[in-house]
Order: sequence, then structure tokens, then C-alpha cells
Amino acid sequence: MIRVYLKLVVFLGLVALVGAAGFAGWRFATSDAEVSAADVTPTPELIEKGRYLTAAADCAACHTTPGGKPFAGGVAFDLPFGTIYSTNITADDSTGIGLWSDDEFVRALHKGVGKDGRNLYPAFPYTSYTGLTRDDAVAIKAYLFSLPKERVAEKENTLAFPFNQRWAMTFWNVAFLDQKRFRPDPGLDHVANRGAYLATALGHCGECHTPRNLAFALSGKEFAGAEIRGWHAYNITPDRDEGVGAWTDSQLASYLSTGHAEGRGAASGPMAEVIVNSTKLLTKPDIDALVAYMRTVEPRKGDGGVRVAESPKSMTTSTAWAAAPSGAENGLGAKVFQGACASCHQWNGKGQQTPYAALAGTRAVSDPEGVNLVHVMLEGTDLRSVHQAAWMPKFAEAYTDAELAAVANYVIGHFGGKEGKVTPEMVSERRATAK
Amino acid sequence: MISINVNGEDRQVDGPEDMPLLWALRDVLGMTGTKFGCGVAQCGACTVHVNGQAVRSCVLPIGTLKDAKVTTVEAVGQSEQGKKIQQAWLDVEVVQCGYCQSGQIMSAAALLQHNPNPSDADIDAAMSGNICRCGTYVRVRQAIKQAATGEKVAMQTIPNDAEAVR
Amino acid sequence: MSAPVLASPSRRLVLQAGGGLSLAFLFGGRVSAQDASPQAKLEAAAAGDAAFAPNAFIRIDKTGPIRLVIPNVDMGQGIYATEAAMMAEELEVGLGQVVVEHAPPIEPLYQTPLFKSQITGGSTSVRAFYKGLRQVGAAARTMLVGAAAEQWGVPAESLKAENGKVVDPANNRSATYGELAEAAAKQPVPDLEKVALKEPKDFKLLGTPFRRVDTADKTNGKLEFGIDSKVEGMQVATLALCPHVGGKVKSLKIDEAKKVPGVRDVIQIEGGVAVSGKHFWAAKMGLEALEIEWDEGPHADFSTESHFKALDETSRTGKALVAASEGDVTKVTGKKVEAIYRLPMLAHAALEPLNATVHVRPDACEIWVGTQVPVRAVQIAAKVAGLREDQVILHQHYLGGGFGRRLEVDSIETAVKFAKQVPYPLKLVWTREEDMQHDVPRPAYLDRMSATLGDDGFPLAFTDRVTGASVAARWAPVILRKDGFDSDTTECAAEMVYHVPNTHVEWAPFQMPEALPIGWWRGVGPTHNLFTVESFFDELAHAAGKDPVEYRLKLLSKNPRAAATLKDAAGKIGWGEKIGPRRGRGIATGAPFGAFTTAAVEVEVSPQGEIRIVKAVCSVDCGVVMNPNTVEAQIQGGLVFGWTMALYGALTYENGAAQQSNFHDYRMMRMNETPHIDVSILKSGEAPGGIGEVGTAIAAPALTNAIFAATGVRIRELPIDRKLLIENGDAKKKNVTEREAPDRKAPKRDLAEATAAGGAS
Repeated sequence: MIRVYLKLVVFLGLVALVGAAGFAGWRFATSDAEVSAADVTPTPELIEKGRYLTAAADCAACHTTPGGKPFAGGVAFDLPFGTIYSTNITADDSTGIGLWSDDEFVRALHKGVGKDGRNLYPAFPYTSYTGLTRDDAVAIKAYLFSLPKERVAEKENTLAFPFNQRWAMTFWNVAFLDQKRFRPDPGLDHVANRGAYLATALGHCGECHTPRNLAFALSGKEFAGAEIRGWHAYNITPDRDEGVGAWTDSQLASYLSTGHAEGRGAASGPMAEVIVNSTKLLTKPDIDALVAYMRTVEPRKGDGGVRVAESPKSMTTSTAWAAAPSGAENGLGAKVFQGACASCHQWNGKGQQTPYAALAGTRAVSDPEGVNLVHVMLEGTDLRSVHQAAWMPKFAEAYTDAELAAVANYVIGHFGGKEGKVTPEMVSERRATAK
Repeated sequence: MISINVNGEDRQVDGPEDMPLLWALRDVLGMTGTKFGCGVAQCGACTVHVNGQAVRSCVLPIGTLKDAKVTTVEAVGQSEQGKKIQQAWLDVEVVQCGYCQSGQIMSAAALLQHNPNPSDADIDAAMSGNICRCGTYVRVRQAIKQAATGEKVAMQTIPNDAEAVR
Repeated sequence: MSAPVLASPSRRLVLQAGGGLSLAFLFGGRVSAQDASPQAKLEAAAAGDAAFAPNAFIRIDKTGPIRLVIPNVDMGQGIYATEAAMMAEELEVGLGQVVVEHAPPIEPLYQTPLFKSQITGGSTSVRAFYKGLRQVGAAARTMLVGAAAEQWGVPAESLKAENGKVVDPANNRSATYGELAEAAAKQPVPDLEKVALKEPKDFKLLGTPFRRVDTADKTNGKLEFGIDSKVEGMQVATLALCPHVGGKVKSLKIDEAKKVPGVRDVIQIEGGVAVSGKHFWAAKMGLEALEIEWDEGPHADFSTESHFKALDETSRTGKALVAASEGDVTKVTGKKVEAIYRLPMLAHAALEPLNATVHVRPDACEIWVGTQVPVRAVQIAAKVAGLREDQVILHQHYLGGGFGRRLEVDSIETAVKFAKQVPYPLKLVWTREEDMQHDVPRPAYLDRMSATLGDDGFPLAFTDRVTGASVAARWAPVILRKDGFDSDTTECAAEMVYHVPNTHVEWAPFQMPEALPIGWWRGVGPTHNLFTVESFFDELAHAAGKDPVEYRLKLLSKNPRAAATLKDAAGKIGWGEKIGPRRGRGIATGAPFGAFTTAAVEVEVSPQGEIRIVKAVCSVDCGVVMNPNTVEAQIQGGLVFGWTMALYGALTYENGAAQQSNFHDYRMMRMNETPHIDVSILKSGEAPGGIGEVGTAIAAPALTNAIFAATGVRIRELPIDRKLLIENGDAKKKNVTEREAPDRKAPKRDLAEATAAGGAS
């Protein structure tokens, strides 16, 4: 944490230097100009279009608390330098955005500036939304304004100095906000270009999957995998070893629309939320467009990428009902697995009752550090809105660090064919970031 | 209507595809031998066989069954292994409150089906998904052993002649 | 689906027998049919007449099996077989010739004498009915023999009863009980206190491992628990209660729920909402579609942390009631040992979730349920439904575990509150989550203990100040002492098996929030106090530098029955034999529920703090044994129940809401954690003791004492915090892979074949 803090301090100095170099002028010169227009009158068609786009942009992920009123905000973002809360984006006049004009709403998406002209924090992904067309932005507003207004007291951010200085974000924006609307890549067909718009401007995939630089801005290693809320947001470039290059189109499409791909496993953690709130709601043409675009991205390797090994013998020679003798069956990990896990996950990697419980071929069991594996044990997972049986309870409370480490290593060995390196201490640390 | 094959009969269930098999059995078909314990596949009280494999019916959507053959505790005694298990359960007197025992018996019968001579470790591995709140584990292990080997491994009960008990 | 309203034949009761016998026995008196509740008459009418019904417990028809009405309920303890055997022993019938029936809720007939109420709990059934049920069997036999003697014109003494028949050996003739039933009904009813009973040495059935009467139907799915009730026209419901104790529904939107296919009604009470439908799944989906806002109520600040703070405050400053005082603990000098023990609140988690099926009609309320307190159930149902008690009909069922949870009638009360709002029979099934989060938990305790050791290391004085809430104060205030003292809070501490010359045991009462009632939990007072006392005496042995077994034996010099179990168990666990690193043996002795018991456990604790019970022995002297098989089963199961508590059991609260919800966070021991448990039953001619809770009460201290022996860490708070057992900081950093050489002893599986068969789903 301290390291991150230092990074930020270094960055602020950096920004000042950059500003001095006249970079700001260049930014200004290359930005797309905002078009001002009178507020449009929402029609049912516009609202419906907005509903779809709001899902595609996954606004709910950050603006709706679990079980809370839709888009009423209040979701906490625990950052190394304090906590910030998402805002109420319902049309309530006093606590929401009811008094915002179309222009002001569009400006927020494109420039990261609030109605009062103050800078917003880039936890709000305006560096991606800046690519949205004005029409799409206005449609989103029309939809949000069609929903019940919720009056909720705003939660105070708890950022420490200097991060509570919103004006400082101006410098950050100069450095990292490229204010340009999405432009189709002439080298891609219209399907891939639609996918590019969905992935970059609307879906803002890179906000999680692209590693961040010193200044917490997205680096050039687009989609090469990063860490979010303690989870791996895996490499989604076409790299065959660490990315999704070996996945078939139908596996990718299935993963995005149902949260599960046969032979690749199920989504969990933040990605499960994306699927529930966003990608499962996309039309088939849009899913296909996303897949087509992801194929065109440059294959890259990231830091700490996870490679799925060939199916290990321990798994392939096991049956649904019994584990093949592996030398690990008398250990603590095996015992925990027998009691709490095997009813759904079984021994042969295929999953029981539901294919969502299949562990064969998943990156979670192929990561010797067991990052996502331990997180899913600690937090559980919930894709019930996609598939009734796609759910796992959280085992954080009743199982010790040593037990979870042991069962993680057992699973990594048995299903991933690797030697697990999870220690009780690592589990203990991950508890801190688990929901 | 969804058609499912239970104990050799095709049965019609008026319910949604994502309805767990447990509730189709209990509340639609009136077969209450299969029990509800947790609803999250953590206790095993709802265990049935699907194509011979022990599964937790509380999380198994009926829409996924297709032509699969479901066997419940009401019919497990029709198989040789199931019958042996039931007899051992009587001889060793495994049962206490009995609520988990439908599931225990289904898991045990499936185990013997696949592994006719299980070691203690095999038994533990196969049976640890079944919780018994009364704590009958020692006897479950003994009864499976006895069913598998025919050797008397624990105190045997004296049968009540003319099993006229209800 | 069609099912008769009186689904099983088990609830028949005949008081007004056709043969003219109109009296029913009860212990110490008689009650005439006119005094019995109208429900009894109603059930009698439904059941038809038995030819011979000498008392409330025995029914003999001209044909068919003999029916025995069992006063207690069966929740796993096998009491239907045990109490049937008591009657059958004297009646001279085999258990294969009888069927058992649940007793209807008629307190004057079926009350447990110890409670003067129709209750099953406290390990009292055998102790309460051992004599009485043999007497009713003997009385009925006397009448049957008398009838045969009269018919054949021979003296009764020349006849004998055996196997359901009266035999006349001299004339080589016999008559079945069925054939004699009508005539027997005309025989004079003998005085129960004067009928001759067999000596235990002459028992044919009692004392043998006779088979339980309910096992067969528990292995084939036929036996009905309350949750399995099927009533014509019923709808299935499930509920959501306010997660915060004492809270209520603030607002409710039902539109989406009503759209769920199969949903019938959304029903509301102050504290919660239920949705009914064609099946549980429809009800549950409907419930999940509801938008409920809760009013957190007055206890939103209740938490486990604040609760223990308050307990500690009461422990330090609260007024106490004296449980037992002998000698003068203040006048003793020597080495002082002190300790504070803490025990958490506990959930029952019976595997059959709470449920009740209720049909409220303008003139009656019919209930299908398994309950430990049928009469209380009738009383609360009548009150809620606005009916007279005799308008309530209760169909008793087998219980899928009780453990004290089904001594409460809150779930029945709730079911009636919902059911009276709908015209159809309502089967209300709680989810596991609701069951756990709205338990009536075992109270938490905080006990301050001290002892003064003499020069020889043995205690000259012992004090124990128990702080906790009283279950009885709400549940059965009549059993409190006049000054309000609740003996349950100090049971097994105020009356220890050990002799210490100066003792002082007291209880500082603690008041729970009214909205969070606390309840009985398997092993009650002894589960709590044997843990603290047996742990503390282990501490004393250690402080004195003496072997824990030798130390206890010395203190048991005046208690030979307890000492015998201690020696037996110590021998069987291999006490004193060499043992590996981080392994240890522990022992605990006590006399809960009139049964002298010692449990001995061997554990291994990994460097990372994980506990493995390697083996366990329990030696018990519970007096005359009814069925050794049942005793063994209850001890084995009771130990697992108690170890589960010690290892994992804690129901915690935050914002007035229970934090655990299902078995993933309220953990149960599983088979691969359970060692073989060797139960040793010592021969005894003493009066029978209870057995259903003995194992639970003695389990935890044997385990934690073993952990102390293995690690040197004294566990003074449950559940065991395994973090305390981590060997050192390095252990946490150690990668836990534990690959071992494959177990050579394991039989080889044909894996190729097995893999070919594949997974099923």
C-alpha cells in the first residue's frame, strides 16, 4: 500500500513536469470538440436504446450497491489513498442528476467533469466513455431519467491529501485523457469495429484488463491482464499461452453471454458481475462483434500471466465419484475438498449438477498462486441470474487460512497439474480484499 | 411439462426448467423419501442417483436431465448394492433421527456400485459430502464395510421377528 | 396427489374401548374418558375401537398387531423401540408383533413425570418411564392371563404368557392375545404399584441389542417426518423473517412475486412474509422476487462483541445466586489458580429444517408437525387461531433431529399466524438460512473459576461464578428455585464428581433482550459446565505437576462409579504410552444425567494449527442398560455433536442479526474428520441414567485437554481458535501441499474402466 502511495506522489511530480513541457497544449489541440445542443425529449425508443446501452456500459457495476436501489450510487471503492463512493445517477433533483442538461451529462462522460465544473475521479471510466457518441450518451441519460428517482444522502469520500484535491485531476487528465470520440479502424470490418466500440468505449474492458501505470492510468499493454479488487482480470488478448488465443469463438461468446465456456470454466468475482449486469444482456450480433474485435487485438504477455497446462493425469484418471490415487488424498486439502467441494466439483474436472462447477481447463486452478481460486473460496460466486445452479457460497468464515491454503493447493495440483504455492499467510492477506 | 424418468417410470412435472429435481420429487411427484437439508449441496440429504451417479438433487435443474435415469431412495433397494446397504443399515443400526439417511444410503449405494470393496479412506472420501447431525458416521463407515465384505464389523442388532413394524 | 387427512395409522387412540373398558391408567391416578381432551375423543372416533385397551399405552385388537402408544417422541434417540421394549418385556410380546404409535397431546395421560408435562427432553425418557411402562405391560399381561384362566377354568398361576400368547402347558393349549382381548377387557384392572415386575437378570428383550422399530422405514424413504406431510389441497410456503431480532416488515412490494408461475399468495405477519405456491420452488422464487424493507427494531445494536462485554460486566459486578456452598472457600490458603472461560451462542441446526403444516378452519385447527412439546404446540395454536384447545388437532411426526430446537413452538406459532390468513392447508417449510438465522440459540456463558491448591497440589477450595442467561426463566419458570436460581446454569459444576472440601458455586443472572429468546441445546447445563470444570481441573493437575488421570482418580476416591469409567477409558486410549510430537491425549470425566462417563481422546495438531482426532474412547456406566446398541449409538453421536460444537460451533450476531446461514459458514464435522469411537459400557445394576446427551456433554473437554497435551495451549474459549495452535510464525508461511506417497493399502481401482463409465450428469 505504501508503495502505491509513493507511486502516486512520484506521479504528481511527473504530471507537473509534463505540463511544463507544453503537453497540455497538444492535448487541447487534438481533442474532439463538444457539440452543444438542446435537451432531447425522450421517446420510448430512445429510452429502450438507452436501457441497452446502459447495460453495455455496465453502469450498474459501480452505481448500484448489491441489493440496493438501481443506480442510486454508494458503492465503495477502496483505493490505496482512501475510499471514494459512486454517485447517485438517478434523476433525483437534489442528490442525483435530475437537474443535469444533456450537455452536462455528455460532458461528464467525455471529459470527467461534473455539473458544477469540478473534476470527477477517474474511478469513473471517462477515459473510455470519452469515445461514446453523443447520441448514445443522451440515450443513456434518457433511460436513467425514466427510472424511479432515489433520494439518498451522499457518502463523503475519505481521500487523504493530496488526493482529495480535485483540481489536481486536471493535470492527470492532460496526461491520460485522450478526448476523442470513437473512430472506426479502416483496417477492420464493420463487425469488428462495432466490437471495438463495445469493448473500448462502452464496455470499458480495459479498465480492468489493462495493467495500470505508475499514475493509475491504463498502460500501453492493452488487455494483457491486471489485478482488480485482489482478483486477476486475466489476459484477454489473443496470446495463445496466457490470453484467450486458444479459445474458440463459441467459447468466447458463450463465456460473455452465459458466464461459462465448456472446457474453460465459469466467471466469478468482478467478471461474474460484468456478465450479470452487462454482457449477458447483449444481443448475439454484439457478442459476435466483441469476439471478432478481441481476435484483432495484438497478442501480448502480461506480468504474472497464467498458463493452462495440459490436463493432468490426476484429473483425467479420476472419475466423477472418486479421485485417482495421487499421494495427496490423505492431506488436509483433500479432506476439505471431499467434504465441502466434491459434491459440486467432483474429481474428474467435469462438475456435477451443473457444468458451471467444472474445473478442468480453468485459469483459476492453473495459477500456482491460486489468486482467483482463493478469492472465490473466500467470496463465493453468484451467476444465478444466468443459470439457477451457478452459485457457490463463501467459505471464508468457517475455514481457516491453513485449510483454504491446503484445499487451494490440492485443487491446483489435482485439476491444474501444477504445484500450488498458496500459504496460510497469503490466504490471510487475501481475506483483507475479499468482499 | 417436463418429462423425467424416475425409478424406471416416465413422469411429467409441471414446473420450470430450472426447478431443482428435489422439489419435483417431493412436491410434484409426492416422493418425500428424498430430503431437503440445506439447498446448497453442502449436506447431501437430497442425494439421488442420476445414471448411477450420486448427485445432489437440491441444485440439479430438472431441465438438464433429458433422458437421464433418476433413482431415489424409494427404489434403491431394487439394486443388489442398494439392498445390501439397506440390510447393513439395519444390522448395524446406523440410523438415529434418520433424516439424513436417505442421502447417506444413496451415496453409499453409489460408492459400492463403483467400488465394491472400498477402504476406510475411500469411504470417507465418498461419504464426507453427507452431513449427519446426529453423528452416525462411525456406523455409516461400519455398515458400508459390512455391506461390502459380508463380515460383521460392529455390534449387530437382533432382528424383531416378523418385521411387522410400520 | 391425494392423501387422507389422517395419513398414518399411528395417531389412533382409544379410550372408550368397545369391550367396555372405559378407564385409562396414568401414573399415580386414573383419568376417565370424559376428562380426556375432545381431541382424544375425536381421534378415538377416527380410529375405531380396540378390543382391549387396558391403559393409554396398549391396544390389542382381535386381529392385527398389538399397538403400543409411546409417550415420548423419537428424534433419533430410538425411544420408540426402547419404550416399546419396556412394555413388551412385561407384556411378553416380541417387537416384531407390535406397531408403535405417536402419543396424541393429552398431558394427563402421557406426561413425563419428572416434568409433569408432555415433553421429551433432558435425557429423561428412560429414567421417567422405566418403571411405569413395565408396569402397564405387566398389568395388561395380568389381565390377559386372567381372562384365559377364567375361560379355561384353571388357576392363573398355572398359565404363562409368552410371545403374544397365553399358554397352558399342562393342557397343551394356548390362545393369542387377540383372541383373549375382549375377555381381558372385562378383567379387573390391577393396581399398577402391586403388579410384579421382572428382575433385570430375567429380561429377555431389555439389555439386548434389539432392533429399533423405525429403522427399516428410515432406510427406504417411507417414514414421514413432519416436513413430509401430505394433506389434500395444501400449498407449500416458505418465509422470510426480519433478519434483525425483534424487527419487522416496514414495506413490502409483491407485484413481481405474484408473477412467478405457481405462486398462490403472499402472506404477511408483523415480523415477516411468506409466499405460498404449488411447490416449494414456486414459493421460494416468489419470495426472492419480493421487495421487502425491514424495520430493524429495537436491538439493531446487539452484537456478539457487545454481548460478551455485557456478560463480563455482569460477571464482575452482578448480584449472584448461590448454587452450592460447602466449607468456607475464603479461609483457605495455598497456591491460587484462576481462569475465565467463554462459551458462545449456538445454533441447533437439526437437519430437518423447521416446518409445520397447518389448516385453520372456522371451527378447528389441524397441525402436522414433529415436536418435543405437543401440548404446548396445541396451546399456542389455539391462542393464535382464536380457538379452544380442544379444537386443535395435532398429528405428531418423527423428528428429523430435535436437540432442543423442537422444545420451542415459535415455528408452530408462526405457521398458524400465516395459515389462518388462507383457506387451504399451508405447509410452511423454512429454508436452512431462515432456520439458522432465527434459531432460539443456546445462551453464551462467561465463567470465572478459581481454586486454591494445598501443598500436595490437590484443591482445598474451588469456586465457580457462572454468568449467563437462564433458559428456564422463560421456558419453565416453575422449575426455578424460589429466589429465581436456575440449577441448569450450574449443573455439573455445583454437583461435581470430585470431592473438594471447600466449594462455592454461584450464578450471576444475565438478561437477554426479550426479542432474542435463548433455548435448550443438547446436553444443556452439563455441556456448558463439564467443559469448564473438566478443563479447569486439567489446569489444576498441570499446575500441581501431576498426571491428569492420577489427579482425577485421587479426587474420585469417594466416587467409585466415576473412577471405574476413568480407569477403563484411560486404559483403552493407551494413557501414558509414548506418543509422537504434537500429539496428545486428553481425558474428561463427569456424571451428567445420571450416567457416569469418561471420554478420552487422542489428537494430532499440525504445525499450522489444524486438529485431527486420531482416536477416541468413551466409557460409560449408565446403570441398567435398556439397549447397548442404542447406548453406543448415542455416545458416538453425542461425542460428534459435542466435538462439532468445540471445533466450529458459534452463532454470532452483528446489528442484531445472526451472521451464519448454512453449513458453509456454520460448519458440521464430517465423516473424514471422525475417528473410530470405541464405546465401553460398564455393567451396572443401578437405576438407569439418561444417555441421549451424555456424549455431547463430555466431548469438548476431552478434546481440548488433548490439544493442551499436544501443544501446551489451553483452550478457554469455544469454538477452538485454531490460530492459537499455530506452532510459530514460520508455519503460516509454509506452503501446504502435503503430497504423500500413495496409500499402498488402498485397494486398486480399475481406473480405465471407471473413467470409461464417466460422470453421469
